[in-house]
Amino acid sequence: MSVDKATVARIASLARIKVSDEELEAMVPELNQILGWVEQLGEVDVTGIEPMTAVIPNTLRLRDDVVDADPLTGGGRRDAVLANAPAAEHGFFGVPKVIE
Amino acid sequence: MSDNANDVTELGVAAIRDGVAKGDFSAREVAEAFNANVAAAGELNAFIVATPDMALEAAGRVDADRAAGKALGKMAGVPIGMKDLFATNGVQTTAASHILEGFSPQYESTVSQKLWDAGAGMLGKLNLDQFAMGSSNETSYFGNVISPWRRNDGGNAPLAPGGSSGGSSSAVAARLCPAATGTDTGGSIRQPAAFTGITGIKPTYGRCSRWGIVAFASSLDQAGPMARDVRDCAIMLEAMAGFDPKDATSLDMPVPEWEAGLTADMKGKKVGIPREYRMDGMDADVAKSWEDGIAWLRDAGAEIVDISLPHTKYALPAYYIIAPAEASSNLARYDGVRYGLRDLPEGAGLQDMYAATRAAGFGAEVKRRILIGTYVLSAGFYDAYYTQAQKVRTLISHDFKNAFTECDVILAPTTPSASFALGEKSGDPLEMYLNDVFSVPASLAGLPAMSVPAGLNREGLPLGLQIIGNAFDEQGVLNAGLALEQRAGFTAKPEKWW
Repeated sequence: MSVDKATVARIASLARIKVSDEELEAMVPELNQILGWVEQLGEVDVTGIEPMTAVIPNTLRLRDDVVDADPLTGGGRRDAVLANAPAAEHGFFGVPKVIE
Repeated sequence: MSDNANDVTELGVAAIRDGVAKGDFSAREVAEAFNANVAAAGELNAFIVATPDMALEAAGRVDADRAAGKALGKMAGVPIGMKDLFATNGVQTTAASHILEGFSPQYESTVSQKLWDAGAGMLGKLNLDQFAMGSSNETSYFGNVISPWRRNDGGNAPLAPGGSSGGSSSAVAARLCPAATGTDTGGSIRQPAAFTGITGIKPTYGRCSRWGIVAFASSLDQAGPMARDVRDCAIMLEAMAGFDPKDATSLDMPVPEWEAGLTADMKGKKVGIPREYRMDGMDADVAKSWEDGIAWLRDAGAEIVDISLPHTKYALPAYYIIAPAEASSNLARYDGVRYGLRDLPEGAGLQDMYAATRAAGFGAEVKRRILIGTYVLSAGFYDAYYTQAQKVRTLISHDFKNAFTECDVILAPTTPSASFALGEKSGDPLEMYLNDVFSVPASLAGLPAMSVPAGLNREGLPLGLQIIGNAFDEQGVLNAGLALEQRAGFTAKPEKWW
């Protein structure tokens, strides 16, 4: 499989990255070179093989269902959460107007 | 300074820890000496931010604790460099990207906190490949890191310190810090360690908490130490590792006493030599260093056995599907809303703001990987690419499981070549990716793996040998590393030109 300019433009749009026409031209052969190379995986017989889901066998834990069980990841940290926001107003993240 | 036998910056972690504990020198003297080296090494561009005051404060606490007769931590008095992928409270954390320029975390990563709790101090935040994506440290928004090493041909071509932990490797090799943190996703600790004549270990996946480490590919990312020798790595890994309820994949196991368990006696141990790593057209010096390594481990008492890892050639292409797929998902968080850069063109709506912010904030290699990842995860291609790669990953893991029924550790080169000149491979992404051919398989299988300096090649540049161990067997890896280290007798260091 190989990608054309329209496909790369669509992927970039899905990834929310603005790309110029020139960048698109440059990316098409680069991406095709990489995709052409990874396609060799198709040679591998994977009959009956499960895709890997855990690198090291581990049990998934559940934390206690308690508010603020861990103060670092719990609530009450509004100002810390907003501290690096490019635009924060009245305790909220600011974004451009979404609804006309 | 470097010709002065009393120069504390020639000492490693163990020697500094022991010297501070004995009172041969104060932690403050050590911090001052390394701060001076950092300040004088701007040409290497190893640090994005230097934090000399934090190094002094930490040293002051250690000196005060010692004066008060309190017990000292495992890293007491040792100033270190922190890869700028670890969130550090109140200190800019960028992942070497423009999109996180100025980002000041409101919390401390688990691994860095553990190091501070053990008595280490921070000399600064180390440069790296942007979002840890690269093998030469040429993708940083803050400029290339230069290796302190030069070829012996009299030319002064600036060489790659490896990547992505290139600031860490350059700084340790140049004696700007006795040790540094690294992270390894596909070889980002081992390859730069090999390129700069230092030692680095990536532990079993889950040993070190990923909490507070800027995410690249979460099923692969692991933190580990980079230092001058095996003992120093063992000490620092003990301080970094441990269960963390804040990381869902953290291993809930006690941290072994790796330093106390060190032995270079390999009697009764079997060392596997994977035949698939012996590739056509292998660099003659790399092949020679591998032969040396085999002889050294045999000399240490090990039995050498031939093993097969049949899916080796598919590891790299599988990695270059899985890692970008995870990256495209992880990096979706950079949206110009919650933190980091915002590019809001005049009159733009929310979607335009996302696209403009990400276009301005990510470098070319990061965009390339996000696009590859988005493509392989997109409807219609998911099974052909991503599911197939995850199945191949299972087979690679099976290869290792089978191999470890026949041997205790595996010996291989760390990299297919010594360091290369900056610019030499950066024009061809695929050629750059091939640099990780020997390091990626262990990453895909989540296994502990280490690089130890083996010697110099014909150009006078360091080569590394890699030890890969079974899951949870860092001790076996460290011990084989120590056996290599004692026989390699690697004492070369870069001549100071910066």
